[in-house]
Amino acid sequence: MIDIASIAIGILEQGFIYGIMAMGVYITYTILDFPDLSVDGTFPLGIAVSFVMINSGLNPWLALIAAFAAGGIAGSFTGFLNVKLKIRNLLCGILTMTALYSINYSIVGKASDFLSMDAVTIFSQTSPIFGGALAPFSKLIVIAVIAIIAKLALDWYLRTKSGFLLRSVGDNEGLVITLAKNPGTIKIIGLAISNGLVALAGAVYCQYGKSFNVSSGTGTVVMGLAAVIIGATVFRKIKFVKVTTGVIFGMIVYKACISIALAAGLRSQDTNLMITILFVLTLVLNEFVFKKKKAGVKKDA
Amino acid sequence: MLELSNIHKTFNQGTIDEKVLFSDFNLTINDGDFVGVIGSNGSGKTTMLNIVAGDMPIDSGSVKLDGVEIGKLKNYKRAAKIGRVFQNPSMGTCPSMTIWENMSIADNKGKSFGLSFGLNRKRKDFYRSQLELLGMGLEDRLNTQAGSLSGGQRQALALIMATMIRPDLLLLDEHTAALDPKSSDTVMMLTEKIVREKKITTLMVTHNLRHAVEYGTRTIMMHDGNAIIDVSGAEKDGMTINDYLKVFNEISIECGN
Repeated sequence: MIDIASIAIGILEQGFIYGIMAMGVYITYTILDFPDLSVDGTFPLGIAVSFVMINSGLNPWLALIAAFAAGGIAGSFTGFLNVKLKIRNLLCGILTMTALYSINYSIVGKASDFLSMDAVTIFSQTSPIFGGALAPFSKLIVIAVIAIIAKLALDWYLRTKSGFLLRSVGDNEGLVITLAKNPGTIKIIGLAISNGLVALAGAVYCQYGKSFNVSSGTGTVVMGLAAVIIGATVFRKIKFVKVTTGVIFGMIVYKACISIALAAGLRSQDTNLMITILFVLTLVLNEFVFKKKKAGVKKDA
Repeated sequence: MLELSNIHKTFNQGTIDEKVLFSDFNLTINDGDFVGVIGSNGSGKTTMLNIVAGDMPIDSGSVKLDGVEIGKLKNYKRAAKIGRVFQNPSMGTCPSMTIWENMSIADNKGKSFGLSFGLNRKRKDFYRSQLELLGMGLEDRLNTQAGSLSGGQRQALALIMATMIRPDLLLLDEHTAALDPKSSDTVMMLTEKIVREKKITTLMVTHNLRHAVEYGTRTIMMHDGNAIIDVSGAEKDGMTINDYLKVFNEISIECGN
């Protein structure tokens, strides 16, 4: 029983961490309609920034904020390439991702490294608060609180005037122009927030796993997209569930599926192939179940 | 006042498909004019609208709005003083946002889009009253996504949004062309009402000769980058659809169509 419980806690912990990342993907993929691959670079960027700061004994919460800022800068760079230099959106993400591989390596100084076991992290700082029965959940609670704060902040932002513009840009760029606003600037802001969230997730992951690996970003965007699509298809159907909530749940469902598959005997080297197959299946399902509802909108667009 | 002077525009310059559309084109629209622009395909009417809006660069010439040169400004900067409704009803609203959200952003034009609450609650009753005038029942559907409205409803909403903050100039680009005849008439009547009440200088491109005859204070017929008919006042009131059709046919014969 204890084994199952600890596996479940692990799934939730990882689900919430990657859920923060998936909300970033939701901004670019769903709201901005921008297939942003920078994510594969900004997630390890968050890890790298957090890693170096923890290693030098800096405040672990400050490391989260710094990672968010670093991700924001990287996201703005992707936006800059697309908006100002008119490079295709898909290529912009690939370029940023590629550049970040080198940058992340330089930040840490090697391809992979571990934090010392007694490093001060957000988890080591908070664990004394949770005693007794709560002890096994201490990490989960901290992670969930960060994810929920990020979710509420994003929900709030999307309801502000600035957030309205962000939603309009992906929906109807022409309308933003008639409102006398530069759609390019808004796109850059959206990409900055998105990659900020992704890097924040990376920073939490770094303190959770206490390790850095320069290639740990591979497949991040696919994972994020899977969660967004699960969130949009499955959880959108339930009333009063916000898309952002759905996206976090989507990531938990995703992580659970992978754990179950691994427990059922799937070799870990086969997971990427499995993910791709699952992903295509969800996309196809999405096309039939989700898009049908929007058919009226798309027809005359 | 809108002044287009010495406009030159050539498409595909230096290629075998080179086409000179405007060579020294001039047009002045006075304050309060409601101009209907008609003409066959390729006559330059939509290009003219795009030149004014800043969606198409000109080779040379000047575009002045209220005495200010706007010919070099980016489209979104010009939009500060220009309202616009497009042919495609989905271009004028945000489909995934509700009617209320759509009206709130339109109402905020010219102000800052900061971190204050996006939905305008104070003006809810005003939005409702604006929608009531349409007689489409939209006043009770403020929380409906604009994407689920019909083309006519969306275009009516787009028109309200484009004129919510009174623009100095309203550009209507065949804004009734994609609608069924009934919705088309409804939107046209709404256009007339808004333009007259708010006294907005308006440039309306249309393929519907009847609309050009029945509405507006001035009619221009474009052909090969020139205004071959330009009538207003009593002269316009004296013109019938047949008068315009006659000119249309003459042009067509000239062109060998």
